[in-house]
Amino acid sequence: MPTGGRPIGGAFLLFRVLRGRPARLGIFVLRRVLWMVPVVFFVILITFVLAHLAPGSPWDRGAGRQLSAAVIHNRNVTYGLDKPYWQQFLVYIWNVAHLNFGLSFQFQDQSVSGLLLAGWPYTLTLGLTAFCLIVPVGILLGVVAALRQNSKVDYIATAFATLGATIPNFVIAILLIIVLGVGARNATGGNLWLPFSGIGLDSRLILPVIAISALPIAYVARLTRASTLEILRQEYVRTAWAKGLPERLVIGRHVLLNALIPVITALGPIFAFLLTGSVIIETVFSIPGIGSTFVTAVNARDYPMILATTILFSFVIAAVNLVVDILYVVIDPRVRLS
Amino acid sequence: MSTSAALLPIEADLDAIEQVGLWKDAWTRFRRNRLAIIGGTVVLLLVLDAFLAPVLEAAHLIANPLKQDPVNLYASASWSHPMGLDALGRDLMSRLMFGAQISLTIGVLVQGIIVLIGLSIGLTAGYFGGKIDNLLMRFTDVWFAFPDLLFVLVLVSVFGASELSIFAAIGLVNWVNLARIVRGLTLSLREREFVEAARAVGSSPLRIISRHIFPNILGPVIVTITFGIPQAIFTEAVLSYLGVGIPPPTPSWGTMIHDGYEAINYAPMQAGWPAIAIAITMLAFTFLGDGLRDALDPRMRK
Amino acid sequence: MSTEPLLRVEDLESHFFTSAGVVRAVDKVSFHVDAGETVAIVGESGCGKTVTALSILSLVPDPGKVVGGQVWFRGRDVLGMNRHEIQDFRGSEVAMIFQDPMTSLNPVLKIGFQIKETMTAHHRFDRSQAAARVVPLLNKVRIPEAAWRARDFPHQFSGGMRQRAMIAMGLANEPALLIADEPTTSLDVTVQAQIIELLRDINRDLGTAVILITHNLAIVASLCSRVIVMYGGRVVESGSTTQIFEHPQHPYTWSLLQSIPRLDQPRDQLLTIAGLPPDLRRPPSGCLFHPRCRFRVERCLKEEPPLVEVSPGHWARCWVTMKKALADEPTRG
Repeated sequence: MPTGGRPIGGAFLLFRVLRGRPARLGIFVLRRVLWMVPVVFFVILITFVLAHLAPGSPWDRGAGRQLSAAVIHNRNVTYGLDKPYWQQFLVYIWNVAHLNFGLSFQFQDQSVSGLLLAGWPYTLTLGLTAFCLIVPVGILLGVVAALRQNSKVDYIATAFATLGATIPNFVIAILLIIVLGVGARNATGGNLWLPFSGIGLDSRLILPVIAISALPIAYVARLTRASTLEILRQEYVRTAWAKGLPERLVIGRHVLLNALIPVITALGPIFAFLLTGSVIIETVFSIPGIGSTFVTAVNARDYPMILATTILFSFVIAAVNLVVDILYVVIDPRVRLS
Repeated sequence: MSTSAALLPIEADLDAIEQVGLWKDAWTRFRRNRLAIIGGTVVLLLVLDAFLAPVLEAAHLIANPLKQDPVNLYASASWSHPMGLDALGRDLMSRLMFGAQISLTIGVLVQGIIVLIGLSIGLTAGYFGGKIDNLLMRFTDVWFAFPDLLFVLVLVSVFGASELSIFAAIGLVNWVNLARIVRGLTLSLREREFVEAARAVGSSPLRIISRHIFPNILGPVIVTITFGIPQAIFTEAVLSYLGVGIPPPTPSWGTMIHDGYEAINYAPMQAGWPAIAIAITMLAFTFLGDGLRDALDPRMRK
Repeated sequence: MSTEPLLRVEDLESHFFTSAGVVRAVDKVSFHVDAGETVAIVGESGCGKTVTALSILSLVPDPGKVVGGQVWFRGRDVLGMNRHEIQDFRGSEVAMIFQDPMTSLNPVLKIGFQIKETMTAHHRFDRSQAAARVVPLLNKVRIPEAAWRARDFPHQFSGGMRQRAMIAMGLANEPALLIADEPTTSLDVTVQAQIIELLRDINRDLGTAVILITHNLAIVASLCSRVIVMYGGRVVESGSTTQIFEHPQHPYTWSLLQSIPRLDQPRDQLLTIAGLPPDLRRPPSGCLFHPRCRFRVERCLKEEPPLVEVSPGHWARCWVTMKKALADEPTRG
């Protein structure tokens, strides 16, 4: 009786492909992307509602400087504020879908998108540099601390991590400015000090990047350390040694590959933190990025600006979290895709 | 042998007995943690400072934090003003000491709001599970999608910067974490035997939650709150620094940094002292929180 | 003896320096393994059998250290090797496989890769040769659909298959000695038999010597020609399988054998050895086993017995020995 090796082998092949991880991965990605849509929608909705709950109108200028009724009316028409709320909302959604975030209240002839685009490169420089610092330094610190557990190196690293994690970044920023900026300038007669105003691809990057990276580095280092310690206790590390593998392969391949998996999940929150942190850091260091424009918008009640920045940030954070989630699933073969 | 002991109440207070031992045990562990003791002492000192500052001022031991001296702006340290005067001639040190009131009040009140919202949502979601849990969790997800700082800023800008709106804003944004932790714990506790037993006896959900689940989640809740206080202080400081915080002339450390920043180049310690104050407060609460966590749940390794 | 044994262990000592005291996990242990032999090291958990094996490969984990003795492999001093030599030695001349294959295999690397890695690390085979050897190795350990399976991850294998994969990994570099530490303990009984059979075939076909470490005497008989019994970090008895099983001399060995339930002798209860293994930080005086020994005499409490050759090739560390003990006691039915 022919057992049909070929047909069965073929069916097996097909079976494996259809039930295979790549196919289920695709569905997983799709589902998560689709889930982002209602979330972003709600973010827009809630922010929109909040913005319109604010007492007073955006044209209030305080006693004595109130604009004339005619001007106010014209402005309202220009900005579409005379229409009923639900209509405004729908118009807004439509516009957002076309990446049109309206005109800024503060600067009546500038579009919000224009302002955002202008500020974007500065924020990007800050964020990207910080990220490129955080990941290697954090991981290195964590791994070294774990490999030399309870040694002096470990205690120093952990102490630094605690400081960085606990003291808020703008406090760190202020202290850095006082010590390495003003203090150094006064101490060395103006020769050796770090600048703390503005940003560019030069020494002006140093202080802001340090200030914004302190907490994420601490977080990554702690996570990596804990994870590495956990992995070092695993039996398969012993197997790797027993196979006669050199130290660089045991640590570099067997330990790190496993230890870094949880660290990937940290990338999402870190990214979010860099975005929100930029709001503070940019203000402290007078960097004209999206963060500081947001602060001025808040102070001036420039709602289109506020809305747009909130939506942008929420969207970016959600997108990054999505990417991180997918990355995690791709890298760890044990994760079940439900 | 008296016979009255023979009939124990159906929901035997075994949990209660267990709890007493747990607290004493935790205290012993806590005592051994030096950092935690330091943290706790500093926190205690802060609380003392917050209460005593007005007393000290009334006794003329420290200056009036609101009294301006238009002549001696940015005066440097002297005997009567150990940290000098600020941009409006007000005594820096006393403003620093009074600032502790604001910080602690914010910390505590905000946590109050967080506990209220977070506990209720977390307990409900965790205990009832199923559709309710799903719905609540989706709600939390959306809430969580807001970058916290931005959301607080939006709220404060919408409702104006008064003390009340700031408390509310910070609280409203940050309850999600507590809710998630409480939900997780409740979900796992729900499956334990003593809860099953209570259900079998016909106790109402409210009773089960309050008598069985609540005492067991107390530990992690306390720890989360302790870590949440510095977060709230930080958020308030940021808000004040950005100019949308506690309105003047109330001395808040964040506002002091904001004001001090203008003079950073020639009187750096105007911003420096409040910055140090914030740093020390945050460290103290964090050590305290770490200590509490290790003491209350020894299974959680560092 | 004209032929030098493959492995010779002499007075091996490994201690653990814990905060609660020094634990003498391996206390002057000596034995040898000839080329192609199958030897079992048996004993309860904590008797030092695993640490002995780890000591041979210099794999004793902190806070443990090999503190004394010598290990000779093909005439070479193993304990005196430097870092590079020992790395060459491990996995190629002597291979060790471990108890729980679920945790002993790296979960994020494919099985085929982990096997290939053993070979590429040792320079005997180049990359393409190593890759080519993977599937035949998997076939040799009787893993079905080997070509597919090589691309799987450990969690996709069943327990028995994982253990086979580990064995394949161990054999990759054609070692002269394979140390198997409790290879069947975490497996079902039927699978256990298959693994033991596999080891037996490997020994027969490839001539690989095998040290089988186990607390389960039942599997020893079908695989090993010699047995070493350890207790409290010491060798308490050694001899051929027949000698040990038919005429055990040390009361501990005897009790172990008695506690194996047998179908042909109905009993009302399972026999166990009363008491607990000794606390190696504060070992009992005299013979380590005396607190739990039914046949002890005065001398056992005061002096530790030396290893004595009770009959040719059969050594036991006991003042009393079962020969005498059974002669003095009425036999049990």
